[in-house]
Amino acid sequence: MDNLNPFDISLSKSALYPLTATGITIFQVNVGRLCNQLCKHCHVDAGPDRKEVMQKNTMEACLDIIEKTDIPTIDITGGAPEMNPNFRWFIKEFRKRGRHVMVRSNLTILAEPDYKDLPEFFAENKVEVIASFPHYLEQTLDRQRGNGVFKKSIEALKQLNSIGYGKQDSGHVLNLVYNPAGAFLSPSQKALEADYKREMLKRYGIIFNNLYTITNMPIGRFFNYLNSSENYTSYMEKIILSYNPTAASLVMCRYTLSVGWDGSLYDCDFNQMLGMKVNHGAPSHIKAFDIARLCNRQIVTGIHCYGCTAGGGSSCGGAVT
Amino acid sequence: MKTYYSPEDLSKFPTIGEGAPELWKKFSEWYGAVFAEGALSEREKALIALAVAHAVQCPYCIDAYTQTCLEKGSNEEQMTEAVHVAAAIRGGASLVHGVQMKNAAKKVSL
Repeated sequence: MDNLNPFDISLSKSALYPLTATGITIFQVNVGRLCNQLCKHCHVDAGPDRKEVMQKNTMEACLDIIEKTDIPTIDITGGAPEMNPNFRWFIKEFRKRGRHVMVRSNLTILAEPDYKDLPEFFAENKVEVIASFPHYLEQTLDRQRGNGVFKKSIEALKQLNSIGYGKQDSGHVLNLVYNPAGAFLSPSQKALEADYKREMLKRYGIIFNNLYTITNMPIGRFFNYLNSSENYTSYMEKIILSYNPTAASLVMCRYTLSVGWDGSLYDCDFNQMLGMKVNHGAPSHIKAFDIARLCNRQIVTGIHCYGCTAGGGSSCGGAVT
Repeated sequence: MKTYYSPEDLSKFPTIGEGAPELWKKFSEWYGAVFAEGALSEREKALIALAVAHAVQCPYCIDAYTQTCLEKGSNEEQMTEAVHVAAAIRGGASLVHGVQMKNAAKKVSL
């Protein structure tokens, strides 16, 4: 146990070490770190000045892989993925290959001049929209995401609702993402979803399908916030003390593969931002893609992984327990 | 000791059990049961605790139950109203004792 990091020791104590993948059902592609926002919690450190954007030849390599495998779901993220110049083409190509496509949107991009027709594009291509909307109170949301973001987000959600997004049985799925506005853990996903549904309808007339609660990872811009606010030690103590073996057994890296803007492979988007590529003998770049070796790879872990195993657990699809 | 209160001291709370472990064990069990989901939800109990924390002006409790309320899904509007409830009871409790003052004054007055 001497060479194991603290998270691996926790896994070991719950008979989960080494943590391995159980397959790949979600192919998550980060198409770039360019974004129109500068959110305080962003683990990507995304913003308007970032130059890392996935090129078309890397996207073509992703499509080749999908062609050769039966991975059912594509999860497109960023930055603001919509700002990649080949974003629409990329989605259409995945759809041609019959895959389910999810897009993680910051919502405000949909209010920008070149992107206002995106809701219709999403609907035409049956894209599942997963939208950042970390609180139903304007003051709380703007404190995290910037002044004016709340109002723009509400307008985007109303536009999505107007074409059927969020309505049961419409076939247009709209899920919202909550993350805590500070150094504390998420409430119960089920209870908070009920609050969101009630408050969003009552206050703004907005409907949606599901709420995902996601823990803030102690990396990127949130790590800087934890340090500058002197919350790092207490936050780490909190997520370590809240380690939940059941959540650990269900973490998303066990069924997700994350692709970086340059084609590098990672176990998750958080490892991607830390530069911790797939390892332990599995290929770490899309050029060397090997589905058999990647499907049962050993996951690369670090102390940040406690963020995904605290309490009810956390993943790109919300709580895991 | 440079100050009477330090945030680090909150995590030392269990050391109180060193002098009387059986009493600490009973207190811990009872405390845990009090805050468990029951006729009141965990969220409602946390809001009551936040209000009481302000009434008794315990900085440890204010710190702990502010975080608990946020983690149980209360928003800042609800938490602020809970603090107002505590303040109203404290203010009202002072003011209603004005009746005692009036009674005392009446007793010694012509």
